[in-house]
Amino acid sequence: MNKERHVLLVYPHPDDESFGKAGSVALYTQAGTPVTLICGTLGELGRNMGKPTFANRETLPYIRKKELEEACRVLGIDDLRLLGLRDKTVEFEDPEWVADKIEAVIRDVKPSLLMTYYPKHGVHPDHDALSHAAVIAVKRLPKEERPVIYGSAVTHDARAVLGPPDVTYDVSSVLDTKLAAMRAHKSQFEAMFAQMEEQMAKSPEARQQVEANMSKEYFWIYRIDD
Amino acid sequence: MQPISVDVVQTKLSEFLNQEVYLHLETTNGAYAAHRFGQPMAVCAYIRNGKVQFERATIAGDKPYRVGLKMADGWIYAQGLTDFEVDAKGRLLLAGHDEEGRLAVSLQLSRTPFPMSVLDEEGV
Ligand SMILES: [Zn+2]
Repeated sequence: MNKERHVLLVYPHPDDESFGKAGSVALYTQAGTPVTLICGTLGELGRNMGKPTFANRETLPYIRKKELEEACRVLGIDDLRLLGLRDKTVEFEDPEWVADKIEAVIRDVKPSLLMTYYPKHGVHPDHDALSHAAVIAVKRLPKEERPVIYGSAVTHDARAVLGPPDVTYDVSSVLDTKLAAMRAHKSQFEAMFAQMEEQMAKSPEARQQVEANMSKEYFWIYRIDD
Repeated sequence: MQPISVDVVQTKLSEFLNQEVYLHLETTNGAYAAHRFGQPMAVCAYIRNGKVQFERATIAGDKPYRVGLKMADGWIYAQGLTDFEVDAKGRLLLAGHDEEGRLAVSLQLSRTPFPMSVLDEEGV
């Protein structure tokens, strides 16, 4: 992996930084690269309330904030910026106004790499709205100051539309850290982990398959053409 | 939250009659309903801090439950409610959870506005 000066993560929900990306983040922090995380919302409208249910609609944001802080601790992210936007509403805000907030952080930490969802391939409207705003923010910089953008494309047709990923990280050396970061999001991932463990218990081959899938993380470089 | 007790919820609902109260009303099948769970589309609707006043409030059904709030000019309705809580701020929280414990519907009443961002709250 390339040596980076500073990595900036731009995601709308607590757990976005861990799901499908935590291994790469851990590789960067273990290499001594400072990582800043911009988290747009606190996932106030998530429908997972823990299993068994331990959160409610009003306590969920407090719980998810704590879970996010724990995931950051696990991953070695020591700079967390919360934007205070609201779950599911990001796409209805003025994109330039959201970009202002991201631009301020970019000018502050001067990242060499910015990780976000790949525009239009984030599935969740908040993912696409925040990646769009991140691109606007990067475009405002002089070309030579722009960070490289790694996008996570999670649509079913990502490979058909974008081609194979530009960057594939083998994160098997930090798999435990990745799983610990995901587990920190207890309210969101308990149900998923139960399913995964059930899958792994089926046979040694099934376990290997799950671990192999978890050990690879994929990114597409988003190129700004101007 | 705990399983709905009809008597407790009915009593609490009645305490909100004939005054301006804040309503949170929501239903969702999850943002990934179509992407990951094989449903035709993600469906969600919510109102946060609708200011309402109602003159009749009734819980009906038998697990799951329904709630109807009759206003001078209309109705507020929720179906599929399973759990309730009266929290430390005196707010009535009603929710319907599916078999996986995921929230599918919620109806909440408060005399003060529900927070828009908990970052604005004290001590956070
Ligand atoms: Zn997300």
